[in-house]
Amino acid sequence: MKLDARIPSGPLESKWTSFRDHVTLLSPANKRKHSVIVVGTGLAGASAAATLAELGYKVKAFCYQDSARRAHSIAAQGGINATKNYQNDGDSVFRLFYDTIKGGDFRGREANTYRLAEVSSQIIDQCVAQGVPFAREYSGYLSNRTFGGALVSRTFYARGATGQQLLLGAYSALSRQVAAGQVEMHARMDVLDLVVIDGKARGIVARNMTTGELESHVADAVILATGGYANVFYLSTNAMGCNTTAIWRAYRRGAGFANPCYMQIHPTCIPQSGDYQSKLTLMSESLRNDGRVWVPRKKGETRAPNDIPEAERNYYLEEKYPAYGNMVPRDVASRNAKYWCDEGHGVGTSGRGVYLDFADAIRRLGEDTIRERYGNLFDMYERITGENAYQIPMRIYPAPHYTMGGLWVDYHLMSTIPGLFVLGEANFSDHGANRLGASALMQGLADGYFVIPNTLGAYLGKEKLASASDDAPEVREAMAGVQARLDKLLGVNGSKTVDHFHRELGHIMWNDVGMGRSEAGLKEAIARIRELRGQFWEDVRVLGSGNEINQELEKAARVADFLELGELVAQDALAREESAGGHFREEYQTEEGEALRDDENFQHVAVWEYTGEGSEPARHIEPLVFEAVTPTQRSYK
Amino acid sequence: MRLTLHIWRQSGPDDKGRFKTYQLDAVNEHMSFLEMLDVLNQQLIERGEDPVAFEHDCREGVCGMCGLMINGLPHGGYKGTTTCQLHMRHFKDGQQLTLEPWRSAAFPVLKDLIVDRSPFDRIMQAGGFVSVNTGSAPDANAISVPKDDAELAMDYAECIGCGACVAACPNGAAMLFMSAKVAQLALLPQGQPERERRVRAMVETMEEEAFGACTNFTSCEAMCPKEISISAIARMNKEYRKAFLPGRPVGGGKVS
Repeated sequence: MKLDARIPSGPLESKWTSFRDHVTLLSPANKRKHSVIVVGTGLAGASAAATLAELGYKVKAFCYQDSARRAHSIAAQGGINATKNYQNDGDSVFRLFYDTIKGGDFRGREANTYRLAEVSSQIIDQCVAQGVPFAREYSGYLSNRTFGGALVSRTFYARGATGQQLLLGAYSALSRQVAAGQVEMHARMDVLDLVVIDGKARGIVARNMTTGELESHVADAVILATGGYANVFYLSTNAMGCNTTAIWRAYRRGAGFANPCYMQIHPTCIPQSGDYQSKLTLMSESLRNDGRVWVPRKKGETRAPNDIPEAERNYYLEEKYPAYGNMVPRDVASRNAKYWCDEGHGVGTSGRGVYLDFADAIRRLGEDTIRERYGNLFDMYERITGENAYQIPMRIYPAPHYTMGGLWVDYHLMSTIPGLFVLGEANFSDHGANRLGASALMQGLADGYFVIPNTLGAYLGKEKLASASDDAPEVREAMAGVQARLDKLLGVNGSKTVDHFHRELGHIMWNDVGMGRSEAGLKEAIARIRELRGQFWEDVRVLGSGNEINQELEKAARVADFLELGELVAQDALAREESAGGHFREEYQTEEGEALRDDENFQHVAVWEYTGEGSEPARHIEPLVFEAVTPTQRSYK
Repeated sequence: MRLTLHIWRQSGPDDKGRFKTYQLDAVNEHMSFLEMLDVLNQQLIERGEDPVAFEHDCREGVCGMCGLMINGLPHGGYKGTTTCQLHMRHFKDGQQLTLEPWRSAAFPVLKDLIVDRSPFDRIMQAGGFVSVNTGSAPDANAISVPKDDAELAMDYAECIGCGACVAACPNGAAMLFMSAKVAQLALLPQGQPERERRVRAMVETMEEEAFGACTNFTSCEAMCPKEISISAIARMNKEYRKAFLPGRPVGGGKVS
């Protein structure tokens, strides 16, 4: 597997400019001749589909939901970062770049991260121009808030529904192109395989989720913007339908999978309440601006939180990290919450929870101000738990939320399969081993609005693409393979439901491949996942047929892929004998319990290559070279 | 708690459909409504029966995918709450619940509790956007927007497109959905250039679909899980009337 990141030469701050100055351009007449498939209509997919259509490409967009407007970017609450420096508090492109590289524990690629910081400002211009109603001050200018891992206020927001507003902005741009005939929109379509012809990505196989029919679609390039794979944990903050299938099938077709073990466990989620739990709900990180995290000093405390005197409360983040306090990055906040719960200080019936307390902020600012800032989050908390967080502290606990790992891409966002581009959370590129808050929305839109429109032309302008049709043997082979797999799932007719297997996989992942990982635990996890996968194919029960709406069949195909991916995540975690960001190996920690990197041996991207059914995947590396920054031990004290 | 569920079962668009009754024991008060249905479905699969098809995705009240008529009310009729965020503590032991899909000519049933809401997408495609190409918009602070306007626009922009307004309306009108977008964009400076064209096109498309007309029942507002105010409809009506004043641009360089 050849890993050429194709990073432009020259100093960091001029790489993107010089790339755009010299990249091949296609004339409008030639753009019209090219077709592109975009899978996923979240921030990355919708913004890419809309922008490419505006440029004149013929776009076919696919999503599994009933409408493009429902992709899970919609659930992002807190905000989007940009280096506007409207607050005049010292922000700059370099600072956002540095915070992101440092937040990622120096495991990201400098050039990509710098470009992200560079285009962040334009994203805000773009979204405002679309009519996104961002929060404003009485001056009429845009308002900002602070997010974890930063000392400046650079986060733009729309109440607690920033993702929704940005996605509806992208969806509106997409709708305009659908109306103009530039985008052919295919909703309720499950993309189940990638078609590769002559070594190049040329199409997809998808199942029409209403009729059950399999369809093939061919084009000159394929863009996957299908999000992350945190649902491998069963319980996560992802939507129920979020899945790894498209990128996993691409991996099996030859795309390198980079850093699968880098996963983010978000510190502020509503704790699990029972075995029937289907998902975990996030409470925006922005709450940590005004909320104070604490646990009782006494183990097994039984008093109600408001009855515990100040002296008996342990504000552990403020004590341990005086500089950043409650605003430390997510991986640090999550690990500390786990530590105090493991030590027996956890709260709530399960003992897996810590308090997030707004009493001080309400005293300081008044309840009205807190309601204006976070009202919808407090309402949501009350709907789910039945508790009023204006009066008693919220209970929170970490939950799987985001995956920094994903398909390997170069500077052009192209995978190891020519013509296959990967955008947003589905790729690995910008966040290293840990993502800072309010940076996912930024990356999704940067990739879709600003990067792919510049890089796609470079590929299409140079490659001589033979014409491809739905009759190509590669298409027929992919269609037959998908059909056989669905038939197999329907044919097992075993005794256990799909959810049973997914839940079991989640238990294994959470216990041994979650916040704390060890060699012994990972080895056991790999063995248990293999065993569970075997049981799945012998004993899963999927009722009904393939020729109708069959939600169990949809789930079964996804869980089958998660059962393969889970093993690769564990393998990657086992091979990475260091701790970095969200990847915490118990054997590698500082005396204070922080992640201990091994730059000498692991300052690289691990890229996994599929080598066939039943054969061990091959681990390749892309060394990370730091020219503008010097990797240090991260400190938030 | 123990519940009796009367659930609409319909195998496909051509099936007539019928209610089927299920008993469900050991429902936990902390479960969400959809988790209660998950538990039912697991039991049905174990018994070899076809599970109930229903739509859902984010389960955080924002994607707009879920939506059931619970005892005749969209999302159960609890203030500001989608079906996925409705928890079982609102129900009593021994209660009977009737679950149906949205009932509207414009939203045909695809299976069980799933309906086709694609008319909403077509209304948006008619004009629910600002016609600006990406890449080189002016600085975001170049045009200031009064805070109150931005807040009000945001109130309307919070629509999740679930369709509860249509399901709630005795006429099956889509006015609240459509007007929320018109009102949002009419309030912001970015939405001005196409203001008249937008409202005309969106109303026209809405009327081409099988939605009914608005006769001010206001049940849409009462049932909206995002509590969107019917002032949106008043704003839209004003926009619509203004769009027909003589000399207004109607697109293609023409005026009315």
